[in-house]
Amino acid sequence: MSKSRREFIKISALSFGGLVMANPILNAMIGQVQAGEPIDASKIKPVPTYCEVCFWKCAGWVHTDEKGELWKIEGNEDDPHCKGRFCPRGTGGLGMYNDEDRLKSPLMRVEVNGKQTFKEVSWDKAFRFIADKMNQISEEHGPESLALFKHGSGGAHFGKLFKAFGSRNITAPSYAQCRGPREVGFHATFGANINSPEPVDLENTKCLVLIGNHIGENMHNSHVQEMSKAIDNGLEIITVDPRLSTAASKSVHWLPIKPATDIALLLAWMHVLVTEKLYDKAYIDQYAYGFEDLEAHIADKTPEWAEEITTIKADVIRETARKMAYHAPATLIHPGRHVTWYGDDTQRLRAMAMLNALLGSWGRKGGFYFPEKAKVPSFPHPAYPSASWTWKDYLDGKYALAGSSIANVFVDASHPDNKTDKKIKGWFVVGTNLISTIPDTKKTLEAIDNLDLFVVVDTMPMEITGYADIILPECTYLERYDDIRVSPNREPNIAVRIPAAKPKYLTKPSDWIVRKLAEKLKLSAHFNYKSYSEVLDWQLKQMGFSLAEMKERGIIKFDRKNANLYLEEGEEYEFGTPTGMIELYSTDLEMEGFDPLPNYTPHPEPPAGFFRLNYGRAPMHTFGRTANNPNLNELMNENKLWVNPKIAKKAGIVNGQEIWLENQDGVKSEFPIKVRVTERIGMDNVYMVHGFGKSNKKLKRSNGRGISDSQLVTNVMVDPVMGGTGMRGNFVKFVIDKPEREVIS
Amino acid sequence: MRYAMVIDTKKCVGCSDCVVACQNENRVPIGYCRDWVIEHAKGAFPNVSIELRSERCNHCENSPCVRCCPTGASHYEEGGLVMVDRGACIGCGACVQSCPYNARFSHPEGYVDKCSFCNHRLKEGKSPSCVSVCPTNCMYFGDLNDSESQVSQLLKNRDWKVLAPEVGTKPQVYYLI
Amino acid sequence: MNEEILISGRMNPHIDPTLGIWGWEIPLYLFLGGLAAGILFFASLYTLLGREKELPTAVRKATFLVPIILIVGLGALFLDLKNKLYFWQLYTTIRIESPMSWGAWILMLITPLSMAWCLSYWRDLAPGWKYKLEWLEYIEKLVNKYRKPMAWILIVSSVILGIYTGILLSAFNARPLWNTSILGPLFLVSGLSTGAATIMWLSKEQLERSLFSKIDLLLIGIEVFFIIHLFMGFMASNAAQIEAAGLFLGGAYTLPFWIGVVVLGLIVPAILEIMELRGRKIPVAIPALLILFGGLIFRFIMVDAGQISSYLY
Repeated sequence: MSKSRREFIKISALSFGGLVMANPILNAMIGQVQAGEPIDASKIKPVPTYCEVCFWKCAGWVHTDEKGELWKIEGNEDDPHCKGRFCPRGTGGLGMYNDEDRLKSPLMRVEVNGKQTFKEVSWDKAFRFIADKMNQISEEHGPESLALFKHGSGGAHFGKLFKAFGSRNITAPSYAQCRGPREVGFHATFGANINSPEPVDLENTKCLVLIGNHIGENMHNSHVQEMSKAIDNGLEIITVDPRLSTAASKSVHWLPIKPATDIALLLAWMHVLVTEKLYDKAYIDQYAYGFEDLEAHIADKTPEWAEEITTIKADVIRETARKMAYHAPATLIHPGRHVTWYGDDTQRLRAMAMLNALLGSWGRKGGFYFPEKAKVPSFPHPAYPSASWTWKDYLDGKYALAGSSIANVFVDASHPDNKTDKKIKGWFVVGTNLISTIPDTKKTLEAIDNLDLFVVVDTMPMEITGYADIILPECTYLERYDDIRVSPNREPNIAVRIPAAKPKYLTKPSDWIVRKLAEKLKLSAHFNYKSYSEVLDWQLKQMGFSLAEMKERGIIKFDRKNANLYLEEGEEYEFGTPTGMIELYSTDLEMEGFDPLPNYTPHPEPPAGFFRLNYGRAPMHTFGRTANNPNLNELMNENKLWVNPKIAKKAGIVNGQEIWLENQDGVKSEFPIKVRVTERIGMDNVYMVHGFGKSNKKLKRSNGRGISDSQLVTNVMVDPVMGGTGMRGNFVKFVIDKPEREVIS
Repeated sequence: MRYAMVIDTKKCVGCSDCVVACQNENRVPIGYCRDWVIEHAKGAFPNVSIELRSERCNHCENSPCVRCCPTGASHYEEGGLVMVDRGACIGCGACVQSCPYNARFSHPEGYVDKCSFCNHRLKEGKSPSCVSVCPTNCMYFGDLNDSESQVSQLLKNRDWKVLAPEVGTKPQVYYLI
Repeated sequence: MNEEILISGRMNPHIDPTLGIWGWEIPLYLFLGGLAAGILFFASLYTLLGREKELPTAVRKATFLVPIILIVGLGALFLDLKNKLYFWQLYTTIRIESPMSWGAWILMLITPLSMAWCLSYWRDLAPGWKYKLEWLEYIEKLVNKYRKPMAWILIVSSVILGIYTGILLSAFNARPLWNTSILGPLFLVSGLSTGAATIMWLSKEQLERSLFSKIDLLLIGIEVFFIIHLFMGFMASNAAQIEAAGLFLGGAYTLPFWIGVVVLGLIVPAILEIMELRGRKIPVAIPALLILFGGLIFRFIMVDAGQISSYLY
């Protein structure tokens, strides 16, 4: 691909000069295969991998062409994550490998004539520098003062290094900035986490309820496929969204709710189910705890009450509730994924879990199935040293229900304002661009300024790399081995990632980086192998297979140990809650001093002239990490601001016009964004896709294209239950003329 | 045999996987595409509806591009495929003008290029790459002359439309509505 | 609101946001083809009518331009080809349904004929000229011997060439603005008009000038009639054609078309010619140039606007 791309540029430059003539004849003379000529696929041996463009990790096959260059990537038919079909991002994953803007060699921050700049250094020098700093921090503050922020497969290797070094301060923004509230909300109700992929039995669902969930815009592969299959089988969708999302357009009922009022709607739905006796009585009687409390709690939460708040008509609320009950238990209120909105998110997700409970969909066909995971033995290594403190100790009882580490708390612990003795002084950031994932960038930058060591490991020059002391270029997933993929699903399964190409430039796989750094830190005993393929082969042999066999198969599926995918009729079942039952009334929340039953609380409304800023996903991009991918950039190279035509008319802005945005705190967008005037959005909010407006000039394709919603998220509403960062309470106004900007040095 | 593609707009989510899969499969240079995705929104908030469509060459039964090609480079092949013989194409652009769907483009190497229904895959018994990658399974491919084929059955049982029928090209990409 | 947008794909610079596969080459080629057809038509017509002596410019002098015009025109067509070295494929087949094909063939016929025609009059310009090659002498003799049959061939093929310049566009049913059978006759008349204007301009004879001035007036009249019919046809047609006509009726091409083509290219020169015929002194170059200019931009506008007009979004 990279070759033909370069040829293409050259040729097109020539053809504009009218010199295209040489080309067909030359090609004929040297017998070159023309780009675009079909490849004889029978001569090609594909290599198995699992995708790294998003967290769904679909297993697939990488095909190379007759010159040994990467040609295409296709899904593995046996993989339950993709069922043989990759999503656009996975299909365009080759662009990650081909992107000429990739990080190419280790870079170290140096000062030349008083100016800071990055200098290419050898891997060895980079490792010596990092190891020295790590040891220094460890001596001064203890090894716990080093923190790891990670996302994706590369991070796992660094996690091992951190544990071996003596720190358990390891985090990922995917929890407190994304799915945390739903884990806590559902765990409090059903005593089980949702995890990834969500164990929703979409293919058998008859009625799907989406609240701020955009299947089809999020490209969670198997869910998109199963929803589509269910549509063929007559699925009825109810979508709650202030915007006509793609899923809303496929819905029987689209409820364009007033933003931030979802809990009122959920309570009213429960009111209808309970007062009209539409709930699953046998299921509730057998499994649920606190039904009477719920009944009392929602007695006055009538559809009329909710209509006042949500603007959704009371009879629509009744009709949709009845529809859910009609299809129950094959009615699924999908838990969603990015649920950190208004700071009361755990309570909202609790309400969604309770609604599922009333409909009896947990553990039922068409609702939630019981997933199962394969067991993969870990490669032998010496025991990890214990850590004297972790982020939990730093929090000292706050956010007690958080089931995983809270990335923003790590920022707090690194900030100069941290007056405790539990300080974080060094960061490793692996595969996550904290600048656009953790809100309140100003605070993040202040924390970074306060660090003694800041290492960034990435494949691309993301914004975060610009702040690093040292940047380590990781090779892409197509160029490396990684851990065996083990994920919960209907059938337990494992998948492998085998490199399809040699690492380009001076890039290296994370396992190699970690192993070499461990040598410098005298921790080699923890990484006792020469290539990661040895680890995989050992693990696979323990399971009765081998790496050679996996190269042929890509994925192996196992029989379930627990035969039941769903609850059997009247089956006795103990839920993982304190009462062992489905807790409509949450004893966990009560114990920590939170509302045991969810309540609706009003949230601030946009002031006059301002609109609520909503953001979401495009199916062809993953967060902000694919904006520069040549294949995916071509599908969508900027985000646009959705504005209702009436609003646009009033503001005097037209379709395609470039405007700037300013939020309630006076923060202006760095770049302009094009307006998309569309009836798909209402009057009280504006919308854009997350992940654009790249400020790093080294990202040539995406720099300055569209804007970054993260820059405008300065009001963060923290969820008191688990520390999640609610980001949907920011309001913006239009700025027509280019704002003057102070130069940030 | 009469090859045809049937696309269910009720399932398409506009993810554009068909576009990128085609680019890879057929090594279409970056900056060019053989297929594309259209969104058509109608109505006023909150009574809005959208239709999503993956579009490409319609392999028309009455192809204006074949008719107007001065060299015979554009021609019909088995199953009604409309194909371009690269060695015979002079790149005059007449076929590009003749296509009401704007499905053809001038490849940087000089010849005119477009969707081939992946006929190299058809020969191997596979579906076109867009059809086989589509995560919503909203595309179907098959033989309309076989009344038992999936495409025939879908057109029999569902409402459908074709694009710009008034031009009289008899397009063979059908959209279920 | 009706919003139809491209979500992704098709970022082809010659297709989106609007089709632009044909730049300046094709309109220039069409203009020059029409001009050559016009000159050849009159040369052969008056040869057949036996008026070679009275009308020396039409029959002889102006035709010397034709090979040059045709070669420049063919050069423009060649530049339009993206696969240039395969151009010879045009002559490996005759495709009756493809205007591009029979255009190529008619030019293949008409270009050498026009050269032979000039050759036979060459000694008018350079008396006593001796050809170095024997076969040129032979051709000259042949033409002089068979001038009438040759004029018959030329008059037919020039009409075909003139109509072809219009049909090349009108054969595209994908472009509503072009897809009207009136475009063939319209471009033929426009080509004849530019040919007549050229003859009028080059001519030194009063009789010849005023004859071509009158011919031109008649052609302008027919052209205006065709243009009115063109729009009547559009407005009585389907939505796409009504929309296409809108490009000229309030749309982007309104001013250039009505002022540039109709007023400056047709009406003003017509008025000037009437004034001249009534005895006013007007430099003949002015109406002639205006007509040529009008004819040229007419083709640019039609090619450009036609590529914008479409049936889908």
